[in-house]
Amino acid sequence: MSNIPSELKYASSHEWIRKEDDGTYTVGITEHAQELLGDMVFVELPEVGDTVSAGEDCAVAESVKAASDIYAPISGEVIAVNESLEDSPELVNSDAYGDGWFFRIKPSDESELDSLLDAEGYQAVIDEE
Amino acid sequence: MANKTVLFNKHLESNAKMVDFHGWDMPLNYGSQIEEHHAVRRDAGMFDVSHMTVVDVEGADARAFLRKLLANDIAKLTVPGKALYGGMLNHDGGVIDDLITYYLSETEYRVVVNSATREKDLAWMNLQSKGFDVSITERPELAMIAVQGPNAKAKAASVFSAEQNAAVAGMKPFFGKQAGSLFIATTGYTGEAGYEIIVPESEAEALWQALLDAGVQPCGLGARDTLRLEAGMNLYGQDMDESINPLAANMGWTIAWEPTDRDFIGREALEAIKANGSDKLVGLVMEEKGVLRHDMPVFFTDADGKEHQGVITSGTFSPTLGYSIAMARVPSAIGDSAEVEMRKKRVGVRVIAPSFVRNGKQAF
Repeated sequence: MSNIPSELKYASSHEWIRKEDDGTYTVGITEHAQELLGDMVFVELPEVGDTVSAGEDCAVAESVKAASDIYAPISGEVIAVNESLEDSPELVNSDAYGDGWFFRIKPSDESELDSLLDAEGYQAVIDEE
Repeated sequence: MANKTVLFNKHLESNAKMVDFHGWDMPLNYGSQIEEHHAVRRDAGMFDVSHMTVVDVEGADARAFLRKLLANDIAKLTVPGKALYGGMLNHDGGVIDDLITYYLSETEYRVVVNSATREKDLAWMNLQSKGFDVSITERPELAMIAVQGPNAKAKAASVFSAEQNAAVAGMKPFFGKQAGSLFIATTGYTGEAGYEIIVPESEAEALWQALLDAGVQPCGLGARDTLRLEAGMNLYGQDMDESINPLAANMGWTIAWEPTDRDFIGREALEAIKANGSDKLVGLVMEEKGVLRHDMPVFFTDADGKEHQGVITSGTFSPTLGYSIAMARVPSAIGDSAEVEMRKKRVGVRVIAPSFVRNGKQAF
């Protein structure tokens, strides 16, 4: 069974999002997603300062198996990206919810969070696959 | 129900992620296919290849039959144990399968064929054997374990009996020998030294465990694919099939044109293809980010400014080199560079002979 932390919110496209103390949101891909993709070999990240819309593809996770678009779960401005993925894409495999994060967003409309899934809802998405 | 090899439970014990591979439940990886890949390049890894099919061809006409059946000429084999790689072709010159033939004696040969092609291979061999005094016997009671890597032979030696170690001492590449209950061959699908060991099913689990205890890393199909691709070795069904002739699959070296009076199956068609010119299989190297993958189109412009198109047959990320490599089938006019269309853009690639890594080192 995949690990799905209950304190996070999820998109059905397998991204997780976590609220930070400063009001920004950190985004990554789930344990289930990294298991499906297998060993990560390249990660393409957005630029800091980019404006992204909810549902927009803004990063790419490329594994030995496939290249997979990563979608912004909410709209806003990219205020940080995880540069360590440049040299160590395997962090996505070893620590999907921690050191393997992708980027951080300053939200433009926090109400978009309401349309994301909780852990239970995301589990249901996986169960249907 | 998928077929299971006799090592199925050993894979589960090592936490394998199992996948369906042409009707067989096989390990994809045991955690990380990249770590498994590195284990084979730097130390020693092992693969369960028991799904492959061992066929013994025996009888007074065994030699004459195989000289008809195969595009390579087993008459080249004069030392017992010596092995030969090549294609079994249809009458149109298409590759029914690629296989290894071991010469045991003038009347005894052992052929190892792919699992996905087992049924059609056996049907074709039986059909073509009419009129020859030969028996074709599948050996499903035999399992097979490949042990590969710079330390593979030393680690295997620690689990072999004294008799087996004596048998393999000084054995050259591409040989096989029966030693006790094991048939031990210096062949492989990784570009590293090592053995492919044919073992009775009843002893396979114990041999796997002994190799595990000797520090050999179990490796799955994921690592097997990146290793064989780095080594420039074809995967049947992907880099060639019955619609592809060996000249278009980097297997020209396995066609024995001499002696000219040897009438092997496919010869006539192949001579016409050769006269007219054939596509070829090349290697591609892309040092920027991204991964070349199966089916991506390849474009290049010839000296006259005409654009040609080919296709990637196998592509992957090379863990040894740190960037992407591929094999592509292209018109023969290709030079030393081309472009690949990937994810809606065209990216420049180098064109080389399809061999990327040998014995742990860059080969081009």
